[in-house]
Amino acid sequence: MPYADWKDNEYIEHLVKELKDNGTNVVVGTLDSVINWGRSNSLWPLTFATSCCGIEFIALGAARYDMARFGWEVARASPRQADFMMVAGTIVHRMAPVVRRLYDQLAEPKYVIACGGCAISGGPFKNSYHVVKGVEEIIPVDVYVPGCPPRPEAMIYGIMQLSRKVKVEKFFGGVNRQEKQKEFFETHPLEEAEN
Amino acid sequence: MANVQEKIAKLFPEATFEEGEWLLVNIPDAKWHSLAKTLKEDPELGFDYLVALVGMDWTDALGCMYYLTSTTHNTHVSVKVTTDNRENPMLHSISDLWAVANLYEREVYDYYGIIFINHPDMRRLFLRNDWVGYPLRKDYNDDPAVNPVRLDHEEVEDTTVTYVETADGTVEKRDVTIFAPEEFVLNIGPQHPATHGVLRFRTSVDGETIKKIDLYLGYIHRGIEKLCEGLGYSQTLHFTDRLDYLSAQQNRHCLCMCIEKALGLEVPRRAQVIRVMMDELMRISSHLLFIGTFCMDLGATTMLFYALRERETILNILEKTCGARMTFNYNCIGGVMADLDADFVKDVKHLIEIMPAAIKEYNTVFTGNVIAHNRMIGVGKLTKEDAISYGVTGPAGRASGWACDVRKTTPYGIYNEIDFDEVILKEGDCMDRFVARVEEIKQSVRILEQLVDKIPEGEICAKVPKIIKLPEGHWFQQVEASRGAFGVYIESRGANTPWRVKFNSPCMNLAGVVNHLTCGGKIADLITIGGTLDYVVPDIDR
Amino acid sequence: MYDLSKGADWLNQWLNGWCAPWVTTVIECVLIGVVLLLAYALLALFYIYFERKVCAAFQCRLGPNRVGPAGIFQSVADMFKILIKELISLKYTDKFLFALAPYLVIIASMLCFAVLPWGNGLQIIDFNIGIFFLVAVSSIGVLGILLAGWSSNNKFTLIGALRSGAQMVSYELSIGLSVITMVAFAGSMSITDICMAQKDVWFIVSGHIPAIIAFIIYIIAGTAETNRGPFDLPEAESELTAGYHTEYSGIHFGFFYLAEYLNLFIVSGVATLLFFGGWMPLHIPGWEGFNQVMDYIPSLIWFIGKAILLSFVIIWFKWTFPRLRIDQLLHLEWKYLLPINLANLVLMVIVICYGLHF
Repeated sequence: MPYADWKDNEYIEHLVKELKDNGTNVVVGTLDSVINWGRSNSLWPLTFATSCCGIEFIALGAARYDMARFGWEVARASPRQADFMMVAGTIVHRMAPVVRRLYDQLAEPKYVIACGGCAISGGPFKNSYHVVKGVEEIIPVDVYVPGCPPRPEAMIYGIMQLSRKVKVEKFFGGVNRQEKQKEFFETHPLEEAEN
Repeated sequence: MANVQEKIAKLFPEATFEEGEWLLVNIPDAKWHSLAKTLKEDPELGFDYLVALVGMDWTDALGCMYYLTSTTHNTHVSVKVTTDNRENPMLHSISDLWAVANLYEREVYDYYGIIFINHPDMRRLFLRNDWVGYPLRKDYNDDPAVNPVRLDHEEVEDTTVTYVETADGTVEKRDVTIFAPEEFVLNIGPQHPATHGVLRFRTSVDGETIKKIDLYLGYIHRGIEKLCEGLGYSQTLHFTDRLDYLSAQQNRHCLCMCIEKALGLEVPRRAQVIRVMMDELMRISSHLLFIGTFCMDLGATTMLFYALRERETILNILEKTCGARMTFNYNCIGGVMADLDADFVKDVKHLIEIMPAAIKEYNTVFTGNVIAHNRMIGVGKLTKEDAISYGVTGPAGRASGWACDVRKTTPYGIYNEIDFDEVILKEGDCMDRFVARVEEIKQSVRILEQLVDKIPEGEICAKVPKIIKLPEGHWFQQVEASRGAFGVYIESRGANTPWRVKFNSPCMNLAGVVNHLTCGGKIADLITIGGTLDYVVPDIDR
Repeated sequence: MYDLSKGADWLNQWLNGWCAPWVTTVIECVLIGVVLLLAYALLALFYIYFERKVCAAFQCRLGPNRVGPAGIFQSVADMFKILIKELISLKYTDKFLFALAPYLVIIASMLCFAVLPWGNGLQIIDFNIGIFFLVAVSSIGVLGILLAGWSSNNKFTLIGALRSGAQMVSYELSIGLSVITMVAFAGSMSITDICMAQKDVWFIVSGHIPAIIAFIIYIIAGTAETNRGPFDLPEAESELTAGYHTEYSGIHFGFFYLAEYLNLFIVSGVATLLFFGGWMPLHIPGWEGFNQVMDYIPSLIWFIGKAILLSFVIIWFKWTFPRLRIDQLLHLEWKYLLPINLANLVLMVIVICYGLHF
């Protein structure tokens, strides 16, 4: 639904305004915190890895680091069911449209972690003719985890940062995030219709 | 060597020869295919294994270097074929003789634009079909504006082209159908849990039965070979760790050895022992990860965690000495970067102690299981002849009965002093490929056992000049990486940067054989076969 | 043993005392619905947590332990999230069937709840053909899966759905036959009667060899019916990404996810009923004191406890065995389980006719 159609709902408009002006309404605030509690504690990753970082991601799931403690072990192979996408590894030109499609297939709310030097900037392959210089050229990134590859501890830290970020979001007043995303997509248009 | 040269000279008077580590034969393109046929089929020559095919741009000419080995006589020969035509370069294909040449030639076409006559499928291998230019040519325009990051999807192509030489000698372009319109084509990958990275199979299926697989590569093609051409020799080293990150030590060992060979550098004994130990530790950790991920692919998730438990022990050992868990940057030209950690001997001994029990546990949990037997025995059989033709080396090749361990055929480092068995099995099915790796872990433990108490004192690195300049020439070196024979080709023109570096990865051959093995199998068999071949995609794509 | 139906009867009488019979029916239906939904949700949440903890224990890990004490609120958090997750509408799908499929799956498992013997007298409806009803409605689920696979307009989901169809049709036979074996032994299709028949000894003991064979076949077929490993081909993650529910997001996916766990409970619940005495406490003939102590444990706990124990076994399967291939799966059913099952039925009949049971 376009925002203009939705705007005639005075009550919600009022709530949003109130949220912006006077902090949080008690009811909405509580609801928000409950929802954010759920969201931030249940971040399901998409099983997506292109290179070395992916192996460390496996190690992250294994007994020594055990991401299951935080409830992140429900790695979904289908992007429709995942919450965040850990871009683990180099993204090259041929892969770029695929990554973008995967991002588009994720269901809202969706987050992206750029994991490792390659995903952040191209890393050691920055000068290559076929490497995308940072995944933020094609999808909006929420958290950057440096390293080549990042140690599993660093990945845990990164996902925890994402969890914190989710916690301060506003479900009912979440205009900021939407606008930011919109802005990103305006500057990075798709060249063909989404399907 | 001499009689090979005599024989070729007799049959092909136009051939010229250059002596070297491998005998080099120069042959004009017109005679190349018949020479290749002789080399392969003559029983006295019997060069049945195409080790490497290196595309080259010498600026005055384009061409290829072919490295051939005879598995029966253990003799080597290399052939150089060139063409002066830069606009429309054409060479004759040998993909009808060596199956592995199919992918190799497509790679050369992708890099240099050399068209191979009679090759059944002349498409780009790594880059998009609409890519402008041939990146490894010296006159390539690498302006990002020419080839920007594009977000539109590639067109799905069901046809390809082939260039056929007609009877009167002209070359004709013909269309070939890959998939007919009525076929049910399933797209597996590039983002798929079972492809071990970003590999893409377009799979034509009939119900659950696979009819044909079309392989798409390049989803992680990082252009490492081109990057190397602009960097100093010691700067190129770190790329090898990121090729096949599960045999980082072996790959780097290979490149270092190749450069040392070119420099004529003597590596201290201590460094050599350390290198071999690191290689074997890496091999064990890689095979452990294989056991884990393969079992997970088959649905036995728990095995992954058992295998990774032991792998973490190895990573601890490596981390203490090298300072990293994955990309170690440990070998360097002339030796190794840092001395061993104080706990190294103790930790390795502990590992040697726990490994037999761990392997027993894996066998109890997984290998003895009746479902696992049903899934693996008789699935994806690879004969020895096919293994050689497809260049399937490593544990997968040895499971088919081909003694292809570089550590035994052309020993490097101190491997000739070590007592270990080459694991050779007969059947060549998935079960054998699995067992071969488990047995190799045992052999690697055996190697470690022999060396752990005998690490000599001394230097860890030879004296190496600050700026390394290789003399003019070309060198080829192979090691046994975790997945098979890993080769490095360096051509130098005397500068402090290489003219051409080619990494000859074992995984490309493994990926090339997938179609051959899976046809007629079930979709689930594709996962089993892919799992036991155990390719690492960044190593394929480089 | 306290009969819980007394409480229900009292409520019924009290309601009838002050309002019209139809109002009573409506109120009772609503009450039952609320309780059922609540039980459903709680069980599902528990099961998700249970499986994650159990598999973590098998894999030398800790499992969820950050959300709430020992991570018990992990699945609650997951549920909150999944409830408000975006429902992606797809362009080239059959919209109606696409939306209908998850509901079919969840309704099938909910209907099964109606006849499960939760406790002494604690049953929503007591049919004379209760077990037959159960087998019938549990098969509706496959319809949902087939529809989900078909309407998604995706090749992976289609293959997943067809696999599921083949699998369900085959294994339904085994389930049916082993249920018939036990029904023949009990002499009734009514769930209460089956429970009461096991007052002294459970069927798994009194029916000895044929009952044990029937139980083994039932548990294999039951695992296959719930699409769980080693029979998780319809959603074989490493082959078909997520199988028939690849295209589902948000709560629709949540339904499939819940239904999987609820079906697990139902399969183990039915096994409990047929082989382990339903809500009947453990009685050992001759040990009067022991039997009395056992009687003090509420029947509800007996039933749920036994069901969870059996589910543990099924979860154990999943985390131990590799997956079968589709042809091997069908071979197993048609070449082994089915003939054995038929022979077993004959054996059971002989046992009953000659009174060879305990």
